Amino acid sequence: MLVSIKDLKASVEGKEILKGLNLDVNVGEVHAIMGPNGSGKSTLASVLAGKDNYEVTGGSVTFDGKDLLEMDPETRAKEGVFLAFQYPVEIPGVSNINFLKTALAEIRTYKNLPPLEAKDFLKLLKEKQKLVEFDATLANRSLNEGFSGGEKKRNEIFQLAMLEPKLAILDETDSGLDIDALRIVAKGINKLRSDKNAFIIITHYQRLLEYIVPDFVHVLYNGQIVKSGTKELALELEEKGYDWLKESSEKELA
Amino acid sequence: MSSDIDILKDVSSKEYEYGFTTDIEMDFAPTGLTEETVKFISEKKNEPEWMLELRLKGLQHFQKLEMPSWQNFEMPDIDFQSISYYAAPKKKATLNSLDEVDPELLATFEKLGIPLTEQKMLTGVAVDVVFDSVSVATTFKDKLKELGIIFCSFSEAVKEHPELVKKYLGTVVPYTDNIFAALNSAVVSDGSFVYIPKGIRCPMELSTYFRINAENTGQFERTLIIADEGSYVSYLEGCTAPMRDENQLHAAVVELIALENAEIKYSTVQNWYPGDKDGKGGIYNFVTKRGICKGDNSKISWTQVETGSAITWKYPSVILRGDNSIGEFYSVALTKNKQIADTGTKMFHIGKNTRSRIISKGISAGHGQNSYRGLVQVSNGADNARNFTQCDSLLIGDECGAHTFPYIESKNNTAIVEHEATTSKIGEDQIFYLNQRGIGTEQAVALIVNGYAKEVLNQLPMEFAIEAQKLLAISLEGSVG
Repeated sequence: MLVSIKDLKASVEGKEILKGLNLDVNVGEVHAIMGPNGSGKSTLASVLAGKDNYEVTGGSVTFDGKDLLEMDPETRAKEGVFLAFQYPVEIPGVSNINFLKTALAEIRTYKNLPPLEAKDFLKLLKEKQKLVEFDATLANRSLNEGFSGGEKKRNEIFQLAMLEPKLAILDETDSGLDIDALRIVAKGINKLRSDKNAFIIITHYQRLLEYIVPDFVHVLYNGQIVKSGTKELALELEEKGYDWLKESSEKELA
Repeated sequence: MSSDIDILKDVSSKEYEYGFTTDIEMDFAPTGLTEETVKFISEKKNEPEWMLELRLKGLQHFQKLEMPSWQNFEMPDIDFQSISYYAAPKKKATLNSLDEVDPELLATFEKLGIPLTEQKMLTGVAVDVVFDSVSVATTFKDKLKELGIIFCSFSEAVKEHPELVKKYLGTVVPYTDNIFAALNSAVVSDGSFVYIPKGIRCPMELSTYFRINAENTGQFERTLIIADEGSYVSYLEGCTAPMRDENQLHAAVVELIALENAEIKYSTVQNWYPGDKDGKGGIYNFVTKRGICKGDNSKISWTQVETGSAITWKYPSVILRGDNSIGEFYSVALTKNKQIADTGTKMFHIGKNTRSRIISKGISAGHGQNSYRGLVQVSNGADNARNFTQCDSLLIGDECGAHTFPYIESKNNTAIVEHEATTSKIGEDQIFYLNQRGIGTEQAVALIVNGYAKEVLNQLPMEFAIEAQKLLAISLEGSVG
């Protein structure tokens, strides 16, 4: 088991958002998490990445046999948790390449690996750029500075390719993408899928799942996973909306 | 968001790395500022009569002046009578070679990362080293001499090249300029002198390293750089001082003269002791720096990275007298704890088609206060003058301050003057983003700050740009998280 989330409860500014969430993810699997606005999808992503205005009030998260919640955000990253942000920030003056070099060096040091030689790093950079179809001119620019929404999202996937995490959490990576960008992003992710890593794809729409076929689909509602299934569940949601699940889950809770 | 505040509030100072003192036998001037003190210094330095006269004029003028009151900080009381105006290592005589430098001094500079033995030095950089009131060594002098370049201590220049010193000293910053210029003129300790002859491109970086060591003294150096027609020189100064509870005064004057088609690039990496986290001690860095583009097509460029000093108060300026001349000012000023920086530039457009460019990047952390103050003045005859000013402020935490005081005076309607300003905060989001990629908070802040300051750091000579990057990172260690 790569990730085991048990009865996870978390609040933001005193308001409970996650109310006992359970999820198990194995390597080689892609899990889609869907749900209406405000159901706790992004909170789950932030809690897993260790954003510190999210307070965990109960439950546990085991990652690769270790207590994830005990680690600071950078340690989680070094252990292999990657969050593709819904809103990637801009960092003016810091080149994408320098940033990636620093990040990769930190992760390698953590794993007791020597930093990559410059030429090997550049080779890797080119290889991954090609793999996820990331524009070389963007790679040379300042980190996300002046990037369009789509370019920022594509940069997240490029970083994902470079850093090769065990678990990638994609927080609404499809939002704000036009259909061409969506295809490129999905293609990149499909190429990165392997039996050594796992993906949690958080999305609002079924659209992305036409391109990235998940092994499991979960519906998050009111801080809990209320239904799990396979890719057919996503189609059902597309057709029926979330209301039927809301009603049934509220009945169960009542 | 308590975490935001927690991360950004915890501004404690990283211990100042250069805060040690050197135990060495010193010669001091009697405490206090009088005619006797001035005569004592002049005599110690074996100066000609004309230099003493200049000093005495400076002193007389100083005594007439009062401290200015327009600055954006509370002016500390400085008791000019309680300072010793001259301190020199005793063993100093005329040195024929570096081998004669006191080993204790060599060790001091070794510790500061400034090796003085030429074989150990960065190739391509000649260094003049000023310890308290005297220059203790100048490297690569002979090599430069072959090209006719003069690079020596100011004291030596007064004796060896009086015609040049007399011709140019005080022509850009007269002793009447301001109270600290008057003070400096009276008690000039030492400094560097550079003359680049016609048509010569100085093949190496010239550099001066200033060290204040003695207690209860100030440093009052004078630097004079003359670039003759068609010549080029790049000059860099660096500085450190021991940690002391008392404030110490550094009141330097720098004058640059660029003749026709000449270019001077002047870079400063200022790391004087900034005081402790409660604002106790530290250097008062009150400096007058000004250059004149005297000839047509000449260029003067100031680059400064200011991380030290309790108070930094300086405005490296350019008088653009020659037609088509260019003035530039690139600045990064970092204040943390209780540090204050009130800095900027003045660009005086006098010649036709003159251009100036001002890039100022302030960084404030802790309770630091950072002011940009600048003047762009275009006179009647300065047809087609151009100025571009960009003035950015970066705030770390919510207890620091950034202030901007830009002044524009234009008397010529063909002038184009542009001013842009931004203020930003290092966001918790930016730090978290980098954290999430495996980069720890301190390194994240260093990356963000260096990215912000890149435009200025790029102006520094290569080796020093790397040093400056490290310095910014070290200065901010402990500032966040």
